[in-house]
Order: sequence, then C-alpha cells, then structure tokens
Amino acid sequence: MSWWKRLLRRRQMDEELEKELWFHIEQYTDDLVANGHDREQARRQARVALGGPEQLKEDCRDARGTRWAEDLWQDFRYSLRTLRQRPGFAAIALLTLALGTGATTVMFTVINSVLLKPLPYPQPDRLVTIWAKTGNFGESWSLAYPDFIDIRNSLRSMQQLAGWSYNGGGTVTEPGEPAWLIGREISSNLFAVLGISVERGRPFLPDEDRPGGAPVAIISHGLWMSRFGGSADAIGQRLVFDGKPRTVVGITPPGFQLAGEEDVFTPLAQDTAPRMNNREASFMPVLGRLRDGATLAQTQTELMGIGSNLAAQYPKSNTDRSFLVYPAQQQIVRNVRSTLWLLLGAVGMVLLMACVNVASLLLARAVSRERELALRVALGAGRGRLVRQCLTESALLSVCGGCLGLLIAAFGMRPFVALWPDGLPRGEEVRLDWHVLAFALAVSLLSGVLFGLAPALRAPAADLEQTLRAGARSVTGGSRRLHSIFVGAQIALAVVLLVSAGLLGRAMLRLSTVDPGIDVHNVLEARAAISPATLSDPAGTRAAWLDFLDRAKHVPGVRTAALTDIVPLRAGINGLDYWASPDMPPLNRRYIALATCATPDLLNVMGIPLRRGRFFDEHDRLGGEPVIVIDDSLARRAFKDADPVGKELWVPDLAPGPVRVIGVVGHVRNFGLAGDDEAPIRDELYYPFAQVPDGLMRLFSGFMSIVVRTNIPPMNERDALQKAVRGSTGDQVLYEASTMEQLAGASLARQRFLLVLFGVFAGLALVLACIGIYGVLAYLTSQRVPEIGVRMALGASGTNVMGMVLRQSLGIIAAGAVIGASAAIAAGRVLQRLVSGVHAGDPLTIGAMIAFLVIAALAASFVPARRASRVDPMSALRQD
Amino acid sequence: MVPKSDLPQGTLDLLILKIVALGPVHGYAIALRLQRVSGDVVQVPQGSLYPALHRLENRGLLAAEWKATETGREAKFYRLTEKGRGELEAETASWKRLTDAITLILRLAEGEAA
Repeated sequence: MSWWKRLLRRRQMDEELEKELWFHIEQYTDDLVANGHDREQARRQARVALGGPEQLKEDCRDARGTRWAEDLWQDFRYSLRTLRQRPGFAAIALLTLALGTGATTVMFTVINSVLLKPLPYPQPDRLVTIWAKTGNFGESWSLAYPDFIDIRNSLRSMQQLAGWSYNGGGTVTEPGEPAWLIGREISSNLFAVLGISVERGRPFLPDEDRPGGAPVAIISHGLWMSRFGGSADAIGQRLVFDGKPRTVVGITPPGFQLAGEEDVFTPLAQDTAPRMNNREASFMPVLGRLRDGATLAQTQTELMGIGSNLAAQYPKSNTDRSFLVYPAQQQIVRNVRSTLWLLLGAVGMVLLMACVNVASLLLARAVSRERELALRVALGAGRGRLVRQCLTESALLSVCGGCLGLLIAAFGMRPFVALWPDGLPRGEEVRLDWHVLAFALAVSLLSGVLFGLAPALRAPAADLEQTLRAGARSVTGGSRRLHSIFVGAQIALAVVLLVSAGLLGRAMLRLSTVDPGIDVHNVLEARAAISPATLSDPAGTRAAWLDFLDRAKHVPGVRTAALTDIVPLRAGINGLDYWASPDMPPLNRRYIALATCATPDLLNVMGIPLRRGRFFDEHDRLGGEPVIVIDDSLARRAFKDADPVGKELWVPDLAPGPVRVIGVVGHVRNFGLAGDDEAPIRDELYYPFAQVPDGLMRLFSGFMSIVVRTNIPPMNERDALQKAVRGSTGDQVLYEASTMEQLAGASLARQRFLLVLFGVFAGLALVLACIGIYGVLAYLTSQRVPEIGVRMALGASGTNVMGMVLRQSLGIIAAGAVIGASAAIAAGRVLQRLVSGVHAGDPLTIGAMIAFLVIAALAASFVPARRASRVDPMSALRQD
Repeated sequence: MVPKSDLPQGTLDLLILKIVALGPVHGYAIALRLQRVSGDVVQVPQGSLYPALHRLENRGLLAAEWKATETGREAKFYRLTEKGRGELEAETASWKRLTDAITLILRLAEGEAA
C-alpha cells in the first residue's frame, strides 16, 4: 500500500489492526484452553503476553510512516482553533506580516522582472552591447560610425552587429497634421540581431542600408494606429518625414522600443551627415549577437586587439579609446540596479521588524501558556512534538500573511512602477510569475520560522515541576531577556530606516535651496524644428532660425527669447576639448568643456550672471573673429587668477585657430541640482549661433531648442508660441515643452522618489517599533503586577513604580539606539555612494532622528508605566 | 511488563522474513514458530512482533491478505514479496559473513590462549 493510501485509509487500517490483534489473542486463548487452562485465566495471560494494547497500537501506527503528516494535520487544526479564539491577536499579526511580505514581494517582483528575467528576445544571453571607453569620458554606450564599421568587419566572435542612432527626429508633414516625431536610424539587420520580426511588411534590406539607398521607412505600431488608422494598406504608402518622402515598408510589433518611444525608423547608412565620417563623434549605441560557442571573454580579447589597431591607425581620434562588451541586459538596467537593491534592503528591514513584532506577540503568549505546555509534557508529549506544534502555528500565520502579502503585491506593483521617476526600464514587463510565488512562499515560511522559533524553543523541558508549581503570574528571567532583545532589535532597525530617511530628507532640503546658476522662474523651454524645406541651404537655414526666433519674441507676454542647443538641467551634452595654448597635448589629456551654442539673449532669458566682459551680440557673426564666453569654472582651470577677457583659447572643433574669450559668466548646474558636482564635465563655454559654420548648420538644426522668459505663467504661453512660430509654410513645430521649474524639479526626481519610499518605510518602522515596545512593556508589567503590589504595599509610590518601568524601557531603547546608530552610519555610507547629494557624515540629522525615535518609544512606554503606577496593592496581592 | 528482546538489533526482521518465506502465515503463527524454533534461547516479546510486521509490510518486503483459518476465524496472512526474498537473501548472506568472522575471531583467541 502506498504512503498516500496509508495516510488516507487511516480508519480502515486501524480497524484491521484491531482485528489482527484480536485474532492473536483469541487464538492464543484457544491454545491455552486446549492445554487445560481456565478460559478467563487464559485470556488474561494472552493479553499480558501481547503487552499494553494502546502502546502496541501506537507502535504499529508509527510503523506506517504517516505519523508526522497526521500530527501536522492535528497541529494545524489546533493552531486554527487557538488563532480563532483570539481574533485580535491574529488580525494584528496577519496585518503586520501581510504588509511586510507584501512590500518585500513588490520589490522582488520588480527586481525579478527587471534585473533577473532574461530579455524578451530569443536566446537573450547571446545579446551584447559594445561600449567605448575613453580616458576623459569614461565608459559610454556610444560608438563613432567609422569605428562601428571597422569593428563589424573584423569582429569574428559576433554573428551580427547592428547600430542605431539617437539623433534623427523630424517633422512629419504627410499624412496628417505636421508634428514632430521621434526617429531612429537603424542598421538593416537590427531586427535580425534582436531575433524578432516586424509586425507587418519587412525589415530593411541590406541594399537600402547604404548612402543613396531607396527612401524607405519602418513605422511604430503606435504611429500606424494614429496616422494610418491601423489599415492594412499602410505598407507602401507615402510618409513625408523631415521634408523627405519615404515609402513605408514595415511596422514594428506593439511595445517595441530601443530607448524610449520611437515613431519612425530609417536606414542608418542613408545618413550623409559629416558625423558619419568622423571618428571623434560618438553617437551610436551598438547591439550584437554572439556567434554560437563564442564567449564574452573571447569577444573582449578580440575587441582589445581591434581597439589598439585602431588607436595605432588613427592616433588623433582613437588614442586611449578601447571597446568593451557587456551583456545587453546589464546595459539596459544599469541605472536602476542599485536603487532596486537599496529598496529591497530597506523593505527587508521592515519585514524583519514585522517578524520581530509577531515573535514578541507569540512569545508573550507562549509564556502565558507555559503551564499548559508543562502539563502536556507531564502527560507524555515529547519536546520535539511541542516545538513542532508551536512552529505549525507560526507557519500557519506566516503563510496566511504571505498570501495576503501576495495580494498586496499583485495590486501594488503597477502603482509602484508608475511612480518610478523617468519610467522604469522594462517596467512594462513587470508581472507576477512562479519565481515571485516561490519567493513570497519562501519569505513567509522563513519569517514564520524566524518569529516562531524563539517561542517554540521555550517549550518547557527540564524544570518541568518548577513551572508547574510556579504561580500563573511569574515571569522567568529568560523570557524577559528575550523580550528585551526583540524590542532592542526593533529599535535598532527603526533607527537605520529613520536615519536613512532623515539623510535623504536633509539632502533634498539642501539640494532644493542650491542655486542652479540660473533663474528658473517664468522660463519656458521647448525643442524646436524649422520647416524641413529650409534645410537644404545653410544660409537659408540660418535665416529661418532667426525668423523663428523673431516670431517668438513678438508673442504677447514674451519678455525675451533665445535659441540654444543645450538647455540647463535637461539631458544634453556636447563636450568639446580645449587648451589654453596652441601646443595641444593628445586628445585624452586635454580639458573638456560643455559647449553651448546660443543666440545673444540667452543670458537674459536664463538669468545667468555676467561676471566680466560681455556676452555676444548681433555683431559677432560668421566672417568676424570667432568669440566665446566661458564660465568661471573654465576660467579658473584655464587662466587661474588672470583675467580671461581678451585671452585666446584653442578649441579645435570650433575653429582651426584660436578663439577669443570676450566674457565670463557664472557657472550653471547643467547636470542637475544634485548631479552637477559629480559630473565628468563641469567647465562650460558658449559660442554664438551666428558663427556656426555652414557645414554644421543642418546638424545643429536637429538640436535646437527655444527658451523664452515670460511675464505670465510660462506654460500658458505655449500654445500662443506654437501658433506664432508655425511660419509661412505652417510646418514648424515646438515639442517636449516644459518650464525650467519643472526641469529643476525633475533633476531631483530620483532623490524625491527615494525620499518618499524611505519616508514610508521609516514611518512604518516607527509605528512597528512603538507597537512593539508598547506591547512588550504592557505584557511585562502585567506579569509583574503582584511584584508591583508588594512594592507598593511596602511603601513605593506611584511615581517610583512608573520610574521603574520607564527606566527598564529606557535601558532597552538606549541599547537598541546605540546598535542602530552604528548600523545607520554604515547605511548612510551606502546611500551616499548611490544617491548623489546625500552626505553620510551628518551628526545633526542622525542625532535628531534617533532623538525622535527615543521620544516616540518612551511615549509608547508611558501608557503601560502609568497603568503600573495605578496598581491597587490590595487587589494585586489578592490576585494570586 | 514484557521483558525486552534479547535479539541483536535488526535480527528480528531477518527471523520474520525467514519464517514467512516458508509459506503464507499469520502473526500468531509467526509468534509460535519463533518461540518453538528458537527454543528457550531467544525470547521474542509478542508486543514487538506486530510493529515489525507492519514495518516490513510498508517497506514492501511482505504482502498481506485476509483469509479464513482452519478454525474459521479471519486472519491476516503474510507472504514474502519478490523484494522481500531479495532482502532475505542479502540479509542472510551478511549475517553469515558476520557470524563467520566472529567465530573465526573466537577460535583465534582460543588458539592463542592454548
């Protein structure tokens, strides 16, 4: 009979056992009677020979091997009964556990989907990215096009290598209203590298991916829906993108994204911009698929060789530039990894506190059940059996709590992902799966063991009769010590979370008062695109931009306006190398400045202070002496204490000869309020839009933004501006408009997001710690009522008793706070490393948060202390 | 109280398997045969017989079915399964090896003394 059958046919087996033993006795009796014994005597002898019937049956049941399952079932029903008897306790324990496991599971769900699960492409582990590493920029996921071609042609361990470019937005004028769409230029084999196919139509042909190839385009699923109504005959239709008619050949699957939302894809090699031949222009992310059998290490070795060959061949651009290969998945989630683990750590601490809380609740109950348990031992229950019973109870609690937690996670993960600043990469892939289920189950069982073990191990053993003899209201030292450890641990955990939240809050406070170097009020910024028709001739392009600016300036409510390619605080970077003398060192040793191309009114619009000299005006134009304005950071680096105005700088990308410094302006925190201090490039220089050479005019047109200082709330100006700049052809657009105040706020989005979450965790921790200390003290003092009664009868006043209880709790709190403070300092260091703007060594914040917690915890212990001070000695003494 | 078995650990199982190997038999008959065969040398308490039988049954070494005895009562008859036969052979062999070795050692000791 199988194990399952034995378990399920328990009753039948018992009956058969009964019958078998009965047969034995009857048969034996018959034999004895046949040998001349008296029947009654014989039956008695037969029974004695067989031994105690119940003991024998138990032994036989044990032999079945199903005993533990039967016990488990019995324990389970017993636990359910005891929990039902105390619904209040069960509810609090369940709620605490549900919150703890729920929050942890949400965090794990996100980590699982974003960091752990492979990318949703076939054979995702073969997908890699190639990075360039240079001496002064560090690592970045962008390659120069000629480098990409060389690598593609010589890298053997790669099956296929595809590149794409960020820069390629444009105005769509047909079909439908003119609007700016985000475009990407992609290699024809990009879809093949990813291992996916287009939803309709076909990918680009290799023959289209070359200069002068047929004008074709692939559009996104979203654009297909909005511009072509999702109709099947969209393939083959005309799409006028950036002034150029193209034929739609394919539609991407829904949800397909390279980096953010894209609408139009065009063949990469059709781009004829000068950057395609410039080894110094790194603009292209590269994705590849490893050949079968090739390893990352092999590829890396090969890339090193290619890198040094290129460096030898093109020393001007490629000195000190090497190439690195990374798994694609690692790249995509690079920026969120640390934040996610940080949050999982914080949530884990909340879970731990919840466990400790439930543990102390259970412990209190175990202690008050001590006599019951001792009685059970006296009646023959094994110690192991009692431990198992206690553990069953906590496992029941934890699994129920875990199920509730899973429910919280199921409903909570979407809002959490939506809250993520700048959108969580792979956020749309976040969902529950069996990994998450297994995790939640493991976490709840583990926490069940964690909080169940301490009470379970208290199951009475040696000093059985002492326990039985002791009064119901005595508390043994062991339990008091354990309770104190629990409370201390909770306080320590709460200190860590509170201090972390405090450090983040302090950073936030400090950062929001940091001077960004500009006046962010009443400024609107928007990306701009002029009529594609004007782009063919540089002089016409320049004139069109000035006309665009002029139209904007005449809108009512606009005080002044300027064009610029870099808007402070908005992602955007154009690093140019410079030197203060003509004998320039190799590329990797030169200084680098963030170069902004602007029209004369930029200072007035942005409110950037002019320190020395002048900013450019309409007289600085092409043909005149090339001029620049520098910020005080660059001035210090290049000219030390000398007055830079009138001096010369060498910036090879701006002019072959020197450029004249005509003014110095204040530093602008371009990389965000928090991030600017750590930015790799801090020096800034400005050069006039009017001096941009003809050859670059078209490229620059793709980067231009307009910034406007207004008299009215800036967002109200947007529609009027849009209407005004539309132009005679009606196809000039503004897009991605926002106010500078919004950008300043967004540059702190990560800090704010973490602050909110840590604030919530710290609040939870505070509440849990207060509940914990309240519960434990209330319990401990209620157990001490007779003792307090004696003290009071002997003359202790209510104040004495209150002081005694408060002293006891203060001792525990202080111990917890000290341990917590050292852990909090370590946690602060981690935060400082991961979140820019946080300073770990902030004794004021640490002290304030700890003081706050201590006061809250003392307040929580005040209630039980007062109750203790009001004990009536007479009734207390009579109680036991 | 029933006196504890003087059998070496694990040998009760071997004896039961051997007896059952002779043909289907019920618990009482096993008890009788154990007593009779071993004479007064080995005392097997009847109380430890049934748990052992059930353990062997659950391990699949014995199979049982209910049959009427010659006295008309229904009894649970045990018989050896294929697995049980294999186990019996293996156990017997290992028992023989053990006793041979012990006998050898004992002789050796005598020889040395002489």
